[in-house]
Amino acid sequence: MSLNRRSFLAGTAAIAGAGLMPRATLAGETIKLGSILDTSGIFDAYGKPMDMAMRLAVEEINAAGGLLGKMVEVVAYDTQSDMALYSQYAQQLTRQDKVDVVHGGILSASREAIRQTMRKTKTPYFYNVLYEGGVCDRNIFINGVTPAQQVEVLVPYAMGKAGKKVYILAADYNYGQITARWIQKFVADNGGETVGVDFFPLDVSDFGSTIAKIQSVGPDLVIAPLVGGAHLSFFRQWAAAGMKGKIPLASTTLGVGNEHKVLTTEEGNGIMVAYNYSQELDTPANAAFKEKWTAAYGDSTMIHELAVSNYQGVLTWAEAVRKAGSLDRDAVISALETGLSIEGPAGKVTVDPKTHHAVLDVHIMEFENQGMKVIETLPQRQPVDTQAVCDLSANPGDNTQYEIQI
Amino acid sequence: MDLSFVILVEMLYAVASLILISAGLAVVFGMMKVINLAHGEFMMMGGYATITAVNLGVNVFVAMIVIAPLVVGLIGLVVERLVIRHLYGRLVDTMLATWGLSLFFIGLATMIFGNTTTGISTPIPGFAFGDYQINGYNFFIILVSVALLVAVLFVLKATRAGLIARGAMQRADMAAALGYSPDRIYMATFFCGSALSGLAGAVLAPLVGLVPTSGGAYIAKAFITVIAGGPSLIAGLFSSASFFGVINQVFTFAISPVIGEVALLVAAVVLLRLLPQGITGSFFKGKL
Repeated sequence: MSLNRRSFLAGTAAIAGAGLMPRATLAGETIKLGSILDTSGIFDAYGKPMDMAMRLAVEEINAAGGLLGKMVEVVAYDTQSDMALYSQYAQQLTRQDKVDVVHGGILSASREAIRQTMRKTKTPYFYNVLYEGGVCDRNIFINGVTPAQQVEVLVPYAMGKAGKKVYILAADYNYGQITARWIQKFVADNGGETVGVDFFPLDVSDFGSTIAKIQSVGPDLVIAPLVGGAHLSFFRQWAAAGMKGKIPLASTTLGVGNEHKVLTTEEGNGIMVAYNYSQELDTPANAAFKEKWTAAYGDSTMIHELAVSNYQGVLTWAEAVRKAGSLDRDAVISALETGLSIEGPAGKVTVDPKTHHAVLDVHIMEFENQGMKVIETLPQRQPVDTQAVCDLSANPGDNTQYEIQI
Repeated sequence: MDLSFVILVEMLYAVASLILISAGLAVVFGMMKVINLAHGEFMMMGGYATITAVNLGVNVFVAMIVIAPLVVGLIGLVVERLVIRHLYGRLVDTMLATWGLSLFFIGLATMIFGNTTTGISTPIPGFAFGDYQINGYNFFIILVSVALLVAVLFVLKATRAGLIARGAMQRADMAAALGYSPDRIYMATFFCGSALSGLAGAVLAPLVGLVPTSGGAYIAKAFITVIAGGPSLIAGLFSSASFFGVINQVFTFAISPVIGEVALLVAAVVLLRLLPQGITGSFFKGKL
């Protein structure tokens, strides 16, 4: 068969047109929520519960009659912990499936891989994960805590309990570096002194010499924003050296992936953390959430910080759609920018109109018997780090991830 | 004074853990010339075998020293029969095949144990030395690696099986002519190499958070140690582990852990430039 350019173009146009037609009619019947998460591969411990939480939120919305009289349909892609697949599926979601909103992305790298696609195609994008802060883009809404929100409450609490000399052990990439700077700032603000900072590549799993070095410096408190399985070794080796009762520990990351269920009680008890969510939160909202989760999936032990953030992200979006009375991107963003808030399992979540980050409750917690016991709840903490650099009401065209200078 | 003792213990521990990590590879790669890229996964499986056994109520030392090496050795045996034995003498092909195996084992461990961090706590408590706390488990690791070196030396040097193995590795055809089956000898040697990897993974398990991809953290150090060690098994292992362990710890203490890792790699590059045959290519020649 001979094929010239004209007949080829005519043929593909017809096929493309035929492909679009049923979609165009379908779009009138349901609202499409795009989800893009690593539900397999090395990050699935984060992604799977996030996916379950998203589906739970959508089920609830539909059970209550949907949005604007339409049902919400989930269009989900599994990126298999492969950053290359993010850009591919982002194109598919926005250009082919033409979804009305996208929730997802786990690592900061995955968020940056798809953020520009969402912006270009004018698809509202929700990133529901705790991260290093600084993203300033009118098209994105961020639901996780940023370092300042955690560190601002954790440092004074831990210093009050332990003492003024602080030693920092951080993961050696942007999250750890930035968080370490915030810790230093808040230690100084609270009248303390940072006596040492060490950074560790993600595959370092031997902390023996570091533990000896810490002892030679003799701090009152060790704060450890360490990340991943290899770094979990630190907490184990710390206990094995018998340091547990001598110098208290605090962390900004331990527990996000339910690590406190891996450490034994001797290793974990007493470690201080600060997050938006804990399974041990004793509130009616959390009890109801855990009950719904158990009814849907049989077992609520998988719930973690990121899953709850994702759940709250979907609820926030739904609330904005209700308020806007439309799916139009600008109408939804304007509704979110009114400072709208929802009640989630972890408490009240308010959208900060200036930064599109979340104002949330942060809970100071201590590990106790493989759970996270809530010590103190600090309501409605502002994302002060991002607020220092980002003002979307003054600069709606901004599209940068700022490195926050302290 | 107290600090220098602590640093000394940490250095010995660093050397000992390098010996442990590399011993299995030294047998499989150094003796048998099989580039085993699944070495890290053999260690990872040793760790999982230990944790599973401990969770089933087995004494932790029995799990580490008996069960894990046995389990991983048997897995190694199956691998040898199914894959490796077809590839002896084909260096690059073994690399490709074992790389595939490493992916397979990571997938398998993920399916069975899930992609979450697991672990057991250390069975030996820490103790105080002067103003410092020392991890008591460090001494156990040092002890195990010394025992391991002595045992391997004894087997290779003083037993008939060791003699036969060494002979078959040098000239398989002569060993065959004398009535020994090289096929069997290779099989047994691979079993021993895998068991050593399993032992290393098991003994290190209480110190780390284990995930199915944990093996990747060991593989580079193991290869660097074995290659820099050169042709002699024991002398090479001991000398290069001491060299790298001390350099790593000196820089870790003096500057930072990142510089410690960098110093180890720089030392390896310089060493291989000066001594392309490894340490025992120039020193301790003819030693085991």
